[in-house]
Amino acid sequence: MSLHDEIYEQKLALRHRLGQAFEWACRLTTWLSMGILAVLLVGIGRQAWGWLTWGFLTRGNSYIAEEAGIVAGLCGSLWLIGLTAMMAVPLGVGAAVYLEEYARPTRLTKLIQLNISNLAGVPSIVYGILGFTVFVRMFGLRDRPEKFVCSLGFVDFSFELPLGRVVVSGAATLTLLSLPVIIIAAQEALRAVPASLRHASLALGATKWQTVRHQVIPAALPGILTGVILALSRALGETAPLLVLGAAAQLSVVPGRITGIGDVLRHPGKLVQAPFDQFTAIPLQIYSWVSDSSRGFEHVSAAGIVVLLVVLILMNGTAIFIRQRFQKKIRW
Amino acid sequence: MLLLEDDPFRSHPVANIGPARHEQSTRSLRRVFSWQRASEQLIQGALFCCALLSILTTLSIIYVLVTEAIVALPPDTSFFQEIGLAEFFSETRWTPQYAEEQRHYGILPLLCGTLLITGISGLIGLPAGLMIAIYLSEYASPRTRSLCKPMLELLAGIPTIVYGYFALTVLTPYFIVPVFKQTFGLSVGGFNALAGGIVVGIMIIPMVASLSEDVLRAVPNSLREAGYALGSTKFDVSAKIVVPSALSGILASFLLALSRSIGETMAVAIASTGQPALTLNPLAAIQTMTIFIVNVMQGEVVAGSTLEKSLYAVALVLFVITLGMNLISQMVLARYREVYQ
Repeated sequence: MSLHDEIYEQKLALRHRLGQAFEWACRLTTWLSMGILAVLLVGIGRQAWGWLTWGFLTRGNSYIAEEAGIVAGLCGSLWLIGLTAMMAVPLGVGAAVYLEEYARPTRLTKLIQLNISNLAGVPSIVYGILGFTVFVRMFGLRDRPEKFVCSLGFVDFSFELPLGRVVVSGAATLTLLSLPVIIIAAQEALRAVPASLRHASLALGATKWQTVRHQVIPAALPGILTGVILALSRALGETAPLLVLGAAAQLSVVPGRITGIGDVLRHPGKLVQAPFDQFTAIPLQIYSWVSDSSRGFEHVSAAGIVVLLVVLILMNGTAIFIRQRFQKKIRW
Repeated sequence: MLLLEDDPFRSHPVANIGPARHEQSTRSLRRVFSWQRASEQLIQGALFCCALLSILTTLSIIYVLVTEAIVALPPDTSFFQEIGLAEFFSETRWTPQYAEEQRHYGILPLLCGTLLITGISGLIGLPAGLMIAIYLSEYASPRTRSLCKPMLELLAGIPTIVYGYFALTVLTPYFIVPVFKQTFGLSVGGFNALAGGIVVGIMIIPMVASLSEDVLRAVPNSLREAGYALGSTKFDVSAKIVVPSALSGILASFLLALSRSIGETMAVAIASTGQPALTLNPLAAIQTMTIFIVNVMQGEVVAGSTLEKSLYAVALVLFVITLGMNLISQMVLARYREVYQ
């Protein structure tokens, strides 16, 4: 064996060892970050153990750790997400349908597209500032809020202008926040629908909207739904924009002061009034508990986090279920 | 990308209405008014408005920030009309909440705090995210990948407030204080930039990993095969061929991730809040631009006060920085996709 071969062999062995070390380093990093996830969940679970009781789920907030509950935040969050979904889903899917099905590649279309991907990267706290100015203050429209009473025939409800720190303001802010994400997800889902489906429908004499409404959207629905749920679950965990809106973290009553299903049946007006009522949300309550250094609140906040994570897992689970259930059926 | 290439709608031939003898056969092609057509137009208009809302959102963000910070409508004065750009960018104290005569409006301490958090998070998140991306795209078996990807999604889906809680109650008392205080004898408080930076770093790992993995997988296999044919080891192929060819895309994903850690609020607000200070000591409590906004907004802010306007000025700086970084990385990513397609 010549000298060159020997050097080559040595170097090759070194290179292989380097490669192996690198592979192990990469593998270790990957499993380490999974490990962090486990540590995080286990740590929070241990702190929350014993504090996550039925009482915690059904009580209002309190200054005493043992008596604190999350019902106000839970209902506030559900109201927020419900209203956000009602606003963001039609707007987001509509925008995506326009961009994918109708828009010609003009300069305006390109601008809108670039703008959407940039909006997705704007810090959530900036949306909070926007919501505070536009919805809560309404550009300082009036110095003092003016009260309006609106009658729907069977129920009356009142609201103020400027809106102030009410559920609708929060939901509108979260709508603006989650719109770009929903649009991008819906666009991807629409793009995955094969063109042949559209051609077939058009060839049979359907109009453009009939094609979109009856063929394209149903075919893309699983993808759209998955994206929507993921976007909404992200909005559910958002704290900063709501905090900037000035939502009352310490509130202990449910929006509209609804006490249960029986209450709603007796006073249906409360359902209409609730969106114009003050609110708090799960992440806001968690933040106020975390900031509270008095004894016991670290357990309360851990219990709150568990509730938040459970709601998120339920939503994500639904999304995964939809994805699995429908994607297997469709074969193009 | 926006339109399917074979979009049947685009090249609609305008019905060429011929002489009367074609009347019978082409009547249906003529653009006569019908409710069907009107409603089709109406729907298209409504959908266009939905798309336009995104432009409106951007414009209103810019309008709100600019009118409060740069130029106000005449009876009001804007922040920069009251304070002046020179003080804003050169003064080293940020004390807008102090008594009247002690107020200083220099954003440098806040920028410094943001830089510190972003730096720490970048040191942790970027290499880790890139290594995970390399592992998933070059080394991992399909089974491992299908196991890891949902885990990363889960990691990305955890609300930031949870990371903040983790930093405050686990990271600081069980890792940072024992290591730095008891081993090295440095002074560490319950709030420190390091804890916040580390969790923000963990938070951006999934983002870097999934963006970079997409970029790495877009590198054509022919490049890898050429490398192997020349006698490269797997490491050589990954580190000397795949990563360099994907470099621009990787850098774009880094930029996106860093812009996210600049805008990160809750985790940092819980774990690192302190006084605004011009320090690069990672063990000190600091204030970032986002922490300042959240802290001020928690209390009652007098409408029209300089304090309130300072919020908008800080938000404007934040918006401009993140927007710039996002724009650059979008452009780089778009060009990258063109190269490999």
